[in-house]
Parts: sequence; C-alpha cells; structure tokens
Amino acid sequence: MARTPRSSYKTRLALTPYLLLAPAFLVLIFVIALPLVFSLYTSFTGYRLVRPDSLWNWVGLRNYERIFTDWDFWVAFGRTILFLAIALNLEFIFGLGIALLINRITWGQRTLRTIMMFPMMFSPILVGYQFKFIFNDNIGVLNNALQSLGISDAATPWLVDRNLAMFSIIFAEVWMSTSVFAILLLAGLFAMPRDPIEAAKVDGCSPLQVFRHITLPFLMPFAFIAMTIRSLDVARAYDIVDVMTGGGPAGRTELLWTLIARVGYDNSRMGQANAMAYVSIILSVAFTYYFFTKLVAARRYMGGAA
Amino acid sequence: MNASLRKRLVAIATWIATFLLMMIICLPGLWVVLTGFRPNREVLSKPAIWIPEQFNLNNFAKIFGFGAEQVAIPVPAYFTNSLVIALTSTAIALIIGMSGGYAFARFRFPFKNSIFLGLMLSRTVPGIALSLPVFMIWSRLGLIDTKMGMIIVYTALNIPFTIWLIDGFFRQVPKEMSEAAQVDGCTRWQAFWRVEFPLAKSGIASAGIFAFLTSWNEYALASQLTRSTDSKTLPVGLMDFTAQFTIDWAGMSAMAVIIIIPALILTFLVQKHLIAGLTFGGVKG
Repeated sequence: MARTPRSSYKTRLALTPYLLLAPAFLVLIFVIALPLVFSLYTSFTGYRLVRPDSLWNWVGLRNYERIFTDWDFWVAFGRTILFLAIALNLEFIFGLGIALLINRITWGQRTLRTIMMFPMMFSPILVGYQFKFIFNDNIGVLNNALQSLGISDAATPWLVDRNLAMFSIIFAEVWMSTSVFAILLLAGLFAMPRDPIEAAKVDGCSPLQVFRHITLPFLMPFAFIAMTIRSLDVARAYDIVDVMTGGGPAGRTELLWTLIARVGYDNSRMGQANAMAYVSIILSVAFTYYFFTKLVAARRYMGGAA
Repeated sequence: MNASLRKRLVAIATWIATFLLMMIICLPGLWVVLTGFRPNREVLSKPAIWIPEQFNLNNFAKIFGFGAEQVAIPVPAYFTNSLVIALTSTAIALIIGMSGGYAFARFRFPFKNSIFLGLMLSRTVPGIALSLPVFMIWSRLGLIDTKMGMIIVYTALNIPFTIWLIDGFFRQVPKEMSEAAQVDGCTRWQAFWRVEFPLAKSGIASAGIFAFLTSWNEYALASQLTRSTDSKTLPVGLMDFTAQFTIDWAGMSAMAVIIIIPALILTFLVQKHLIAGLTFGGVKG
C-alpha cells in the first residue's frame, strides 16, 4: 500500500458525506431524474399511449411549436400564474394577520396554534371535496344557509359560473395553505427580540412605524421560508381543481396541471403533454429558486440575528 | 376614551376576530364530519334540515361492507393499500433521510449548498408532470397498479423534505456532545446512536409523521399510477364516488372522515417539532 494510513483516513472522511447521501441520490435519480430525462425525450416525439411504436417517432420541436401557438395552453398558463399570484398574496396577508392576532392572545394560544395546523395537514383532495360539498348549488351548506336565512332565494351556481368557480377554487386553496404562512410568521414573532421594539417605542415611534420598520423586516425570512415551502407543492392545486370542477365549466377553471392530465391521459397525446409538463416544471423550479435566493438574501441581511 | 376602556375594547375585538377565524378554519371540516354520520336522505332534503334527526354509524358500516346497505366501493382494500404504502415509504424515506440529513448537519463538503438546493428542486416537480414519464416507465417495468410502484415513488417524494427537517434537528444537537463521546472512546457510529440520535429522536419522529401524511394525502400521482384494488389509495378511492351517476354525499363524507382522522391525530402529535424544524432548518441555513 502506497498510501499512508493517515491520508486514507482523510479520503475516507472526505467521502463520508457523499456516501451518506448516496441512497438519497440513487432513489431520486431513479424516480425523478431519469423519468425527467425520458420525459424530455418524449416531448420531442409524437408519442401516443395507444400507439407504442410512436415513441420512436421523432418530431423535433413540433410539440413545442404547437404549444406556443395553442390558445388553450396560453389561457391555462395565464390562469395558473394569476391563480398563484392571487392565492399566494392572499395567503401571505391572511397569514400575517392571523400570526399577529394569535401573538396577542395569551390564553389558549397553544390550542389555537394546533387548530391552525389542521388545514395544512388535510389531503388536498379532501379540501377539494369539502368545498365541492359546501359550494354545491343544490344541497351545499352555503346555499342552504343563504336560503334559510332569507338572504338569497336563488341557487347560486358557485362551481358552475365561470368567475364564481375560480373564486371557489381560490377560496379552497387559501383555506388550505394560509396556515403555512401563519405558523411560520408566528414562529418568527416568537423569535423576535424585544429590545429594538422597546427602543423604538421610547424614541417615539408609532405602532405602525414599529411594525413597518422593525417587525416586518424581521419577519421576511420567515415569510420566504413559507414561500419556499409553498412553492414546493403549489401543484397540489391540481387535486383541488380536479375534484371540485375537473377544469370545467367548459375549461374555465383549467390550470396548467389539469390541462397536462387531459392532454396526456384523456387524449393520450403523451408527447404533447410532456412538452407542456416541461413548461410547468420550469415554472415551478423558477418559482422555488426565486424564493430560495430571496430567503438566502434575507438571511444574510439579518446576519444570523435569528 | 380612557386607557383601560380602550384596552378592554381591543381585547374584545381580538377575541371576536379569533373566534371568527377559528370558525372559518373548523366549520368546513366539521360539516363534512357531521355529514358522515347522517343519512343521505337528510343531507339531500330541501329545505335543509339543520338539526340532525338521525345520527349514527350507518354510513361507516355501509362503506366498510357491513349492514343492510352496501356500496360498490371497496373501501377496506383502499384503506389497507393506503396504510401499507404510506408506512413502508415513510420507513424507507426516514432511513435514507437520516443518513442524508446527518451528512448536511455534520459535514462540510464541496457543493453542499448546490446539492441541498438540487434536492429541494427535485421536490418542486409537479406531481402530474412527473406522473407522465413515471407512468410510461412503470408500465414497461410492470410497476403500474402495484403497491411496490407507489412505495418507490412516495419514497422519492419524501426524501428531500425529510432531509431538510432532519438536518435541522441534528443541527440543534450541539456538535460538542458527539465530540466529547468520541474523546471518551466511542466510535463516530456509537456516538451517533448513543448521543445524537436519542437527542434528535422526537424531531425525527415528526419528520416521519410528516412523510407519512404526504403519502397518505397524495393524489396526483396515485390517480394515474393505480388502477384497481391492488394499489388504489383512499384519496383516489374517494373519487370513485364522483364517477357514479348520483353522488353519495353521506358515504363520501364517511370516507373523508376516515382520511381525516389520522391527519388530525398525527398533526396533534407533530405540531411543536414541525414548526421548530422548519424554521430552524430554514433560517440558520
């Protein structure tokens, strides 16, 4: 052996983290990386599920060209972006409000915090079902309540009308995910040092100024953690839409993800669906990357104060 | 307006706001649970019956195949599938996640941050987008509609987040403790099992619960990769009800209750550690 024992120990030590990470990589390569490579290949073919040999039918960029001129795709794409923008902003605002509210309460705070976590742990399919049931125009509790209270006689078609259906879906999404923000922002409020606030008050800052210049900047990293966590699973909205409206009425609640499922499985145009899926993957990755860099920047700004 | 009156008004407003908030959070779920115990006739009646006249376990008996009325949906099989798939994938993800999380918490190595980011990005791939190639590959490997196929997918799905959480929990254990154990003659392996693991144990358990719930709740992939009672999970099974001509709301609600209960219990167990793990792993980087 040419190596001295010392240097072999050193190489072993340097290799240890990679060895520890190896099983994780193996699984992720097999289940995520390889399929994604395959999916990329498929997006350049005219693969249809019903004709297996069409997997070798190379069509170049035709699927992508078709997507970019496909009006339905762009409508779904735009709707998805709009949906995410509205839902995430509402979740942040409500989450902040809820965190500030719970922070004021001294008695029963722990119980409230636990209750707050429940929607987050619900299966999206359940959240969808729950609101499908509540918003049902005929037997839904919402219309029943409106009718019993005499506010409205008509059966409001919550899930059939184009605007109301989108509203109902956003409501379900916000109901499910606001707690991610509320809980992390609340954790931020707990971790917050008291001294700067006291000092600002002594110096004559109004509560609003304290909030604007001290509390909010301190909370931002926590908001970005929430954003990062949320962007890991924004596509869970697929489940909600699928159970509530199935993309209907007449494609008016179609998001990118339900469109992919329709093209790939219902129309069995796998090549085309994979091209769309790639657009959705890039969207998700860009989203997560953006918030992650924001998080890193906010963390650096705080200089490890938390 | 004097100060004490104002203070009291603020307190009252806070309580009202909190009450309304809790109503919004709790009522939808409670309504579904309540419906699970009521007969369909009452659920469908017009005008609405607000105070339940009948309140029993008939719907549960019905979906589990007991009693006079039965549904054509094999809920017990779905329940078993869900349990087997979620438990197995959680166990595997936990072992792999502990090894990976330990690597991130205790070692410095080149490209550490990029590898971490890469792991997280692998989790961002939308389920439905991932389902397309996995569906094609699994159908060639004969893994479609098998529990094994779902277990493999869910293990991969859970690994990144499990590593994130466990990394955070190991980092809360001071490095000095394992070093002290090693000075006292433990090997690194012994130091891990005797010192670091016991201290991070409850955190790791919550990472496990979180992984379990992710598998238990997943729908997008399962809806495409499962076909029959061999592997269909509860969330996919719930959609069986909507495929029927008339929706059996009461039966569906009863099934929803069965999906909710583990989520409620486990959330209750996990809440404290989950918040700590997420914030710690995230903020301290």
